[in-house]
Amino acid sequence: MVNVVGLEDTLAAHPFAADMDAEALRTIVGCCSNAVYHPGDYLFREGEPADAFFLIRHGQVALEIHVPQGPPIVVETLEEGEIFGWSWLIPPYRWSNDARANDQVRVLKLDATCLRRKMEADRTLGYELYRRFLPIMAQRLAANRLRIVELATEPRPIRGRSRG
Amino acid sequence: MDGMPVPARLADPMVPLPFRITRVIREIDGVFTWRLKALDGAPFHYRPGQFNMVTQFGVGEIPVSISGDCREPDTLVHTIRAVGPVTEAMQALRTGAVVGIRGPFGRPWPIDAAIGSDVIFVTSTIGLAPLRPLIHEVLHRRQEFGKVVICYGTRGIDDIMFEADLHAWRARFDTNVHLTVHSAPSGYRGRVGGVAAAIHAARIDGLSTVAFVCRSEALTRQAVNTLGERGVTPDRVWVTLERNMKCGIGLCGHCQFGPSFMCKDGPVYRFDQIEALYSVREF
Repeated sequence: MVNVVGLEDTLAAHPFAADMDAEALRTIVGCCSNAVYHPGDYLFREGEPADAFFLIRHGQVALEIHVPQGPPIVVETLEEGEIFGWSWLIPPYRWSNDARANDQVRVLKLDATCLRRKMEADRTLGYELYRRFLPIMAQRLAANRLRIVELATEPRPIRGRSRG
Repeated sequence: MDGMPVPARLADPMVPLPFRITRVIREIDGVFTWRLKALDGAPFHYRPGQFNMVTQFGVGEIPVSISGDCREPDTLVHTIRAVGPVTEAMQALRTGAVVGIRGPFGRPWPIDAAIGSDVIFVTSTIGLAPLRPLIHEVLHRRQEFGKVVICYGTRGIDDIMFEADLHAWRARFDTNVHLTVHSAPSGYRGRVGGVAAAIHAARIDGLSTVAFVCRSEALTRQAVNTLGERGVTPDRVWVTLERNMKCGIGLCGHCQFGPSFMCKDGPVYRFDQIEALYSVREF
């Protein structure tokens, strides 16, 4: 027998929605859809309209920065249980990097226009979402600052040739 | 002194013993490993976490952690990053050159504190070198420990040290290796991000875990904090620090760290015992 799991249950099972108020969950699920990306697929590219955000259910997503005259650089990878894409919250609502599927990626995709409209109409919902986004943004900002500290404090090796 | 014969190696801790470089391994840019043998052929016994004062005659002397397997006392292993005049000169030495060794010095990693517990190693770049003897020892005595997790971060995929070891450890069924890099070329399938992300990915049971941390001092606190988020309290976190060791035996005071001399009371400390000092700015 096939066990059909509704979107609301799938969304509720994701760590992002943990302990979310049932009414908020029902409101959000109206903007939510399942999406699957194959290895190498781009979920979005820098400069494009930020029209969604993503909750990863399965797989690994690489956040890449485009480098002129060179291949892109992966600056972070995200996995099951994590979220990404907060450009939808911040005008001018454009992606600031690329996101690419490293393997088969299953996500819950939340439509940004739909969500922004519902947040404007229901400030409580807006607060609920910001309350969940801000700690993650702060955590990633802190982690990136520490990466700068690590890069800045690590002694620069003298590149020489060791010979056996 | 007490009538017992004094082992030749301890006759005078200030006199370096000659060791010959039997192999030079280029690990990554600017980092190399020496395999050394004593000229007199005697074994060199040490415990994981200890260091030696290494002399290039006519150039200078520096403290270097021992990075080999302490169950192979016939071969001494040192991994060195060329960052100054002495280490730059050392980088140019070839197989067959003779250097001076004083040691071993310092308090080792307290491996017995982790018996019966899960063990997590947290380190980055060349910090793997001082932890490597401990990892080898834990794996030699694997049945005495619970889960074994190694979290290792580097700048990029070309900066991964001891790659063969990491592959061997990851290939074991009883060891988890979480490797992360700060950035990578597009298409890289491994983890990209900070070491904190690797610690979170490790999914340890903090209440039954002992942690051994070797990172740059600027990031040791961050590692301890992240471990704390996973339930590992500072009294179960051991860290190793670096100061300007000179004599190696607690006489000269160059490596004084509050009430302790790092060369003999350290370089390994339990974090809760140094936490207050660690927070003092510019100390």
